Amino acid sequence: MHELSVTQSLLDMSVKEAEKAGAAGIDEIKIVIGDLTGISEECVQFYFDIISKDTIAEDAALSFKRIPAAFRCKKCGHVFDRKKLMFNCPVCGSPGVLIGRGKELYIEGIEVRYDGDKTG
Amino acid sequence: MEIKLVKNILDANDRLAEDNRKVFDAAGSTVINMIGSPGSGKTSLIMRTIENLKDDCHIQVIEGDIASSIDAQAIAEKGVDALQINTEGECHLDANMIRQAVKDFKLKPGLLFIENVGNLVCPAEFEIGENHKVTVISVPEGHDKPYKYPLIFSKSAAVVLTKSDLMPYIDFDMDKFRSGIMSLNSDCKIFAVSSKTGEGLDGWIDWLKGIRG
Repeated sequence: MHELSVTQSLLDMSVKEAEKAGAAGIDEIKIVIGDLTGISEECVQFYFDIISKDTIAEDAALSFKRIPAAFRCKKCGHVFDRKKLMFNCPVCGSPGVLIGRGKELYIEGIEVRYDGDKTG
Repeated sequence: MEIKLVKNILDANDRLAEDNRKVFDAAGSTVINMIGSPGSGKTSLIMRTIENLKDDCHIQVIEGDIASSIDAQAIAEKGVDALQINTEGECHLDANMIRQAVKDFKLKPGLLFIENVGNLVCPAEFEIGENHKVTVISVPEGHDKPYKYPLIFSKSAAVVLTKSDLMPYIDFDMDKFRSGIMSLNSDCKIFAVSSKTGEGLDGWIDWLKGIRG
């Protein structure tokens, strides 16, 4: 539901960075989303198509990299990705503990073009 | 040409939240962001907490709602400062809403509860300048919630399981609930309480006394 705020923010940031670099347009925005965030890519794309109109990001493609949430088994130390509704180790069945990955929500980079440079 | 960024998408909000935190610190407010589903019992828990703590310290409340000021009115009747924020359809409070709201609000040293919009997903993502997030979840919602909404449980300092008086009537697996939270956040405190009977409130109140600045 909060994808509109997230999309607005990613559009603003991308446009600002592209303008700072003196670019004429944005071809691609590379987004990294952790699995725990619950952000829907379709929803971001839907809002982006609407709110990017008449900005230099209008024709930009959005690419998404999804980072799974990783857990480490408390008993055997095995590191595994979350399965649906389960935090237990697939090897020994003991509960795992969330380690770092999975909360990401950032722009990795943007692909920009300059005037007279159609290929970017 | 590629411009490398590696920049948090909610960076602008996070910076405003940091500003809010400085304002709260300067005023001596310990701020608790209360997050839970509609009907989980956030307002009832705050009201009970006021009854138990208002002789110990100043309590102030900011109520976030999509519309209406029913909750803020009920809280103001308890004799504490209450402020209503209507998000006009937004599913969460953000740092800017809080910043605007506290401009006209005289902060006092003590506890400031900010009741977020009823929702377990969106409020988890937006820092508002709080010292602690607290998840409020009720027994009838079920023990599977940490597995379904991991982000908020991973970020909460405490989880309050409300409506514990309904436990005999509902198949709520406390071990599974606890284990899910511990997998996400082993430092998280868990309190099972009933705002109706008062059961279990002591632990919650003691924890609040401990975090109060």
